Amino acid sequence: MFKLSNLSYKNQRIFIILAFSIVPVVLLFTFAYLPVIKMFQYSFTNWNGLSKNMEYVGFDNYKTIFTKPEYFAVFKVSLYYFVATFVQMGLAMYFATILSFNVRMKNLFKGILFFPTLLNGVAIGFIFLFFFKPDGTLDTLLQFVGLESLQQKWLLNPNLNNISLAGASLWRYMGMNFIIFLGAISSVSKDVYEASDIDGANRWHQFLHIILPSIKRILQLNLILAISGAIGVFEIPFVMTGGSNGTSTFVIQTVDVAFKYSKLGLASALAVILLFIVILVTIVQRILIKEEA
Amino acid sequence: MKKSKTMMGLMALTLTTGLFAGCSSNNNANTGNEQATNNAGAGTEATTTPAGEAGQDLKGEITVITQRTDIVDTVFKDYAAKFNEKYPDVKVNFEALTTYEDQIKIRMSTEDYGDVLLLPTSVAIKDMPDFFEPLGQLAEMEQQYTGLEERAVDGVAYGIPITINYTGVIYNKKVFQDAGITEVPKTIDQFMTALQSIKDKTEAVPIYTNYAAGWPLTQWESVLPTVAGSRDYVNITQLAAPDNFTPGQPHYDLYKVMYDAAQKGLIEEDPTTTDWESSKADLANGKIGTMVLGSWAIGQIKGVATNPDDIGFMPFPTNADTILVPLADDYNIGVSVHSKHKEAARAWVDFFINDSTYPTTEGGGMSPVKGAELPEILKQFEGTDVTFDTITPAQAGKEGWVDRIDKDAEVGLWQPDFKKFIIEAAIGNRKDSFDDIMKDLNDKWAASYAKVTAAK
Repeated sequence: MFKLSNLSYKNQRIFIILAFSIVPVVLLFTFAYLPVIKMFQYSFTNWNGLSKNMEYVGFDNYKTIFTKPEYFAVFKVSLYYFVATFVQMGLAMYFATILSFNVRMKNLFKGILFFPTLLNGVAIGFIFLFFFKPDGTLDTLLQFVGLESLQQKWLLNPNLNNISLAGASLWRYMGMNFIIFLGAISSVSKDVYEASDIDGANRWHQFLHIILPSIKRILQLNLILAISGAIGVFEIPFVMTGGSNGTSTFVIQTVDVAFKYSKLGLASALAVILLFIVILVTIVQRILIKEEA
Repeated sequence: MKKSKTMMGLMALTLTTGLFAGCSSNNNANTGNEQATNNAGAGTEATTTPAGEAGQDLKGEITVITQRTDIVDTVFKDYAAKFNEKYPDVKVNFEALTTYEDQIKIRMSTEDYGDVLLLPTSVAIKDMPDFFEPLGQLAEMEQQYTGLEERAVDGVAYGIPITINYTGVIYNKKVFQDAGITEVPKTIDQFMTALQSIKDKTEAVPIYTNYAAGWPLTQWESVLPTVAGSRDYVNITQLAAPDNFTPGQPHYDLYKVMYDAAQKGLIEEDPTTTDWESSKADLANGKIGTMVLGSWAIGQIKGVATNPDDIGFMPFPTNADTILVPLADDYNIGVSVHSKHKEAARAWVDFFINDSTYPTTEGGGMSPVKGAELPEILKQFEGTDVTFDTITPAQAGKEGWVDRIDKDAEVGLWQPDFKKFIIEAAIGNRKDSFDDIMKDLNDKWAASYAKVTAAK
């Protein structure tokens, strides 16, 4: 009969460590690695997503993708989100800095800024659908402050719709950046600020010479996250416009290929390519940042 | 017509007695229909149940998956009660899915997708036998039901349509009146003129596209046989030659209507923010003139109308000589191949089609049972030159070709994408002209046409 107490202390320790780590490892494997492995497998087939049989077609799917430029044309749209990333980081940093000093109702503002992060992406899509509607919230607001001339069909105008969507996306994700920055800034010791106050530094000096250098690492991390986020935009344009009117992104296109045209094999190949693009971008960023440091 | 109604009554009667009495086929003089039913599903139980004890032997619990979230807790509960009068030992559970097609497809990769469900349209027809229980030989079942061939594989039926839809233009009579349109437009030119006068003389949106929801745009594809003026077009003529979207072809003419309407400002002001739910009310109350939709929508629209009599149906305009309104399956209902209570599930299917009144009431279309009466709204077409007919099934060996070409080419006949392009181009959001879009579609179609026909 197996008894834990029969084992030596060392073996007991090993046993317990294994027993406790098996659950997370199994979960991690089933829900993270297995699907990715399957995705690689599917990308070499012509599976339609449901059929019992799938044929291996080798690199055919990849060939199709790389010979049809329209699959990559949608990355143009990602540029809007890429630009919005920098605005988002700037705003997040701005608010984080201000709110790390003594401000009235500091916690309320923190709450307000972080709030969008808690909302479901689909809900945000619907909120902004009403926001951008003709005679919707934004137009009403513009009318209220006397800027009727700026009223637009925000989602219809092909020059504006991606900017509108990127704006919604910015609103959604800024809270996350903000809270990370806030955490990083609050790790800076109070003494340093006091010392700089005595030396006659103003807020701007403090930001430039104390805050920015101290949170540089976090800034880089946020940038990597934001940029890979910009490549993989999905829910906001999907909910708000369904990718129509030139707002389709790479992920929306992948979903369309998989579920509208039942080409799961091809869609898996697209997803694999997206994975590699994200990995590549991250590596490039890391190299560039290292050189700087 | 009278004769067929009587026939139909008889058929229904024999069918129901056959079904619910279980075994009667052995000692009953009635053949044909009833035997078909028994052979198909209830075979095992038919031989053991004594006559008269309606389905006492059927036991078990079945789960019925439906797309009707709106009535699953009300009307469906009543059906279940009625069903239990005949089959007291069968417990029926319901499950309603909001985005039926997407959710059921994912669930079908497991074995747990209920006992009775609707056959998803996006599943390739050749895969039906892997997921659904055969309901019977097509040739036999065709005696009773219409529309079976759409989901049949190798002469075996896997589903029965829950209702037969007809598609055309649903319009508001009051708006037409206000715009001074006295006669229902028949040709494409008359229709465009009518839309224009709605715009000029009333406040209503002449034709509402429901662009944002996307799927209502696919309803346009359903009226293709009307524009073609032939029931052969979709499955026969369309496959005869690769150039499908060139000028003069039905697809070209059909979507030209959409393009022209959008270009002339006859559609809603901002298509990107349309809303399906409110569009039904707007059509019902005269804020919208027309929408291209199937008959299933009529009931829903009338339901929110202050004056339901204002809602009318007309065939889609066409330049063809004959006016054909295509009848097409709604979802088909079938039995899961993994069901543990297949007889009970099959009994539900038969009950649902024949005795629940769903096809005509909640379904809003025509009953798939042969010889069924025309719905009220279509009575006006009796004796006119408007004919209602199903489309010709594909020729043997060419089944599913249209679907295969469509998917391979990523044209998306039944997807909203290219319809959206057309509207975007018409309102000036894209540089492409209508002919550019059609040419692009035609090129894609032709390439895949060559591939699919060669593969054969």
